[in-house]
Amino acid sequence: MVVTVAIFLVKLFYIQVLSDNYRLLSESNVRRSLVQYPPRGIIYDRHGEKLVTNEPAYDLMVIPRQVKSPDTLELCRLLELDPQQFRNRLKKARKYSMYKASIFLEQISKESYGYLQEKLYRFPGFFVQPRTLRKYPYPIAASVLGYVGEVNQNDIEKDRYYISGDYIGKSGIEKSYERELRGEKGMRIVMVDVFNREKGRFEEGQYDVPQVQGEDLISTLDLQLQLYAEKLMQGKRGSIVAIEPSTGEILVMVTAPGYDPNLLIGRQRTKNFARLSQDPQKPLFNRALQAQYPPGSTFKLVVGLTGLQEGAITPASRFGCNGKASSPIACTHSHASPLDLVGAIEQSCNPYFWGVFRNSVDRFGYSNTRKGFNEWRRIVKSFGFGSPISPDLLNQSEGNIPQDAYYDKYFGKNGWRSITIRSLSIGQGEILVTPLQLANFAATIANRGYYIPPHVVKKAGIREIEFEKKKTAVEDKYFLPIIDGMYNVFEASHGTARYWKIDSIISCGKTGTVQNPHGKDHSLFLAFAPMDNPKIAVCVVVENAGFGATWAGPIASLLMERFIKGKVKRLDVEEHMINSNLISP
Amino acid sequence: MRERKNIFQNADKIMIIIYILLVLMGWLNIYAAVYDDTHSSIFDLSTNYGKQALWIATSALLIFLVMMTEARFFSSFSYVIYVGIVLLLVVVLIVGHEVAGSKSWIEIGSFRIQPAELAKFATNLALAAYLGRTHVNIQKLSTKVVTAIILGIPPLLILAQNDTGSAIVYTTFILVLFREGLNGNVLVAGVAAAFLFIMSLLVSQWIVIGSTAVVLAFVAWRWQRGRRPWFALIGVFLISVAFVLCVDYAFHKVLEPHQKERINVLLGKETDLKGAGYNVHQSLIAIGSGGILGKGYLNGTQTKYNYVPEQSTDFIFCTVGEEWGFVGSTVVLGLFLALLIRVIMQAERQRTAFARIYGYGVASILFFHLAINVGMAIGLLPVVGIPLPFFSYGGSSLWSFTILLFIFIKLDSHRNEVV
Repeated sequence: MVVTVAIFLVKLFYIQVLSDNYRLLSESNVRRSLVQYPPRGIIYDRHGEKLVTNEPAYDLMVIPRQVKSPDTLELCRLLELDPQQFRNRLKKARKYSMYKASIFLEQISKESYGYLQEKLYRFPGFFVQPRTLRKYPYPIAASVLGYVGEVNQNDIEKDRYYISGDYIGKSGIEKSYERELRGEKGMRIVMVDVFNREKGRFEEGQYDVPQVQGEDLISTLDLQLQLYAEKLMQGKRGSIVAIEPSTGEILVMVTAPGYDPNLLIGRQRTKNFARLSQDPQKPLFNRALQAQYPPGSTFKLVVGLTGLQEGAITPASRFGCNGKASSPIACTHSHASPLDLVGAIEQSCNPYFWGVFRNSVDRFGYSNTRKGFNEWRRIVKSFGFGSPISPDLLNQSEGNIPQDAYYDKYFGKNGWRSITIRSLSIGQGEILVTPLQLANFAATIANRGYYIPPHVVKKAGIREIEFEKKKTAVEDKYFLPIIDGMYNVFEASHGTARYWKIDSIISCGKTGTVQNPHGKDHSLFLAFAPMDNPKIAVCVVVENAGFGATWAGPIASLLMERFIKGKVKRLDVEEHMINSNLISP
Repeated sequence: MRERKNIFQNADKIMIIIYILLVLMGWLNIYAAVYDDTHSSIFDLSTNYGKQALWIATSALLIFLVMMTEARFFSSFSYVIYVGIVLLLVVVLIVGHEVAGSKSWIEIGSFRIQPAELAKFATNLALAAYLGRTHVNIQKLSTKVVTAIILGIPPLLILAQNDTGSAIVYTTFILVLFREGLNGNVLVAGVAAAFLFIMSLLVSQWIVIGSTAVVLAFVAWRWQRGRRPWFALIGVFLISVAFVLCVDYAFHKVLEPHQKERINVLLGKETDLKGAGYNVHQSLIAIGSGGILGKGYLNGTQTKYNYVPEQSTDFIFCTVGEEWGFVGSTVVLGLFLALLIRVIMQAERQRTAFARIYGYGVASILFFHLAINVGMAIGLLPVVGIPLPFFSYGGSSLWSFTILLFIFIKLDSHRNEVV
């Protein structure tokens, strides 16, 4: 008897005093760390309207070690899973960790949650974790706002903050302002009994970590205008970017065709994402930022400004449009000749700007092409062409302002002259720009010489987001004749956009019709209004639609009218634009 | 009249004090095991501790009854009591109430009685009465047969109720028989058999048989006295071989899967934390996490949150280990050891064989329960569902152990009288 008791005491001494293992096991038994997910910040438009909100969702979590040969069928029925899916999900969770909780089934509906909560005690190892899901009150601006998804392995490795099952902004504002929006996860440590029922806080909550709510964002977008712009673009392929020139705030950013952002939330996200990414119309491709087009005639404004700054021309310089002077670039339509700068802009005369471009590039002598070209290129680049310009939009294309090295490679060193690269003068050839860069260019002209990097968020929490003004390499005074020309585009009798004048608002614009080797020309228009004290600068691209004046012009005009006046008078134009379907079925 | 006035006059104070301490500590631990903030009244009859309070009160009543009964009554009526309880065991087979697969309960209202518990002291009484007769010779075959019958009937009936744990308890009476002159060879054979049993499950049976041959050859070689008993040694060897083969056969063909599993888990051949091993694993976690001083009364998370099954009955020792730590466990084991030693000391002082044998029976029964119950809770023995005396929740077992002990205290208090 004494021996037996002694053996017992030795064993007790071993497990109670010497070994630490059981104490840890006991803690892991009862301790359940519940991650507290703070609600993600809400995104408002510039007037305080909600663009992105949250709604509650519930994830079913599992701790594989605690799962005790459950009545699988019953749980499957509750969750609407077939037994094979059930096993696969459990296997996945086991692979992640036997001891740590991971998501078993994400985003259970509110109804199943209520039902499940009552039955869950019978399935040890399972518990429900409240989460929030994104919700979009309006089906707009999907590509700007971006979407939220579960972190992948890469995200976890890059930032240790994330653990499997966390959500992260995957694109758009959700991604670029992830830090502000996500807040800080909290941790609540509770004790649970064998049936997984909560029994109180661990150590009076002294190890709990409070959650920090995500910061709300005030975006620069104008909800009503965005809605209107998307409506105008329905049935079309292309994009619209509108900027408030004085602040660089992006009022509207449309890519068409777009998609309803509500498609990329919840459980159907994966399915919908696959469908959208296979859509031949590429709705996930944000044309406003990523599509690169030759700027076409809209680039004549840049050529004109550069020429003025370089002294290659004066506003009074004239170039003939027929005869030898126009060769090898002919005019597309007949008009009086020779024109001065203002007239050339008004009527979009091709040979005129070839003349300007030639003067610029050949400034240091006909054979000193490289120096002339590089100088020209420097000034062009100062408008933000050829590089990403927005500080808070992701995945911007750079566009392309070709380098001398490119021509060296193509034509041989010094094997090229101004005439070799003449297509640049009318915005064709190697030159590529994005709609965002063009809209920013319109804003730059509206500002007479500077721009503020275009951005989509103006306030995060209580922090105002501001950006430095950027001066172009062209002096203010040279913008005036350009603006006069753009004024004529609307107002003069031969102006290319004379049919799209806005009643009682003086607007400035420039059409562009971009030759497209793959199909019908792209219709481009850039504009700002009012001429004095501009409120809005806009660029519209309608792909494969034909002349700039036919589609992009009226759309830009309607948008500016709507923004400045609050309503549109030209209902017939509006109706025509909204109802036209330019996408060939 | 004077005796009537104070029935505890000559009663052994040490045993009584230890008894009271154990019962009270048991009750406190039952309270802790099922403690829940929502039930605050300690006398709530819907809870285990509330009921246990009732059982303790009735046990006190039983103590008075036992102490007021004439000591001679127990020896005179031992067979009657024995037969009565055996009949009850038969009755339970017919009208019994089944709980967790064992048909061992008689239901009266909302309370249940387990006759198997009461059979322990009854059998002990009968055994003491039979072996306590004058001129009894345990070496005689007839004595052995009758003893075997007395000790055999209750466990067989209990086995029929599917309550293996309570039936195994009766093997403990071998200790009593040993004290009363049973040949030690039986005990040696028993231990050897147990050893062979375990080894043949752990390693290949051929290795076991081979080692047995080597051991016996060694014994033959070192044999000192007279001629080497070749015949006996070869006999032992053949029996061992047959036994080992039988064990193998029995293990694989006769035992139920869950019983096999329990044995395998205990032998360390399987680790099954979900099935049979779960209870022991959780029990070890509970006790092991107690540390030196324990987590403090009512602070045990393993027991309070139901991780340990049967925590107020068979696994009550977990609560002790978790909340009172190594110190508490030592105190409890110490109290039990003190009680056992005291019982044996007093048994040795008895003038009558009846009282002595009865005392040894008490000690063996208590020891067996203690060893199996605690051994199981700390993972040294297989899971056998028997209660920890005085500690575990349960009316029948508390009553049975109380009667068992206090009959002895009663007998002991009269040891100086001339019988």
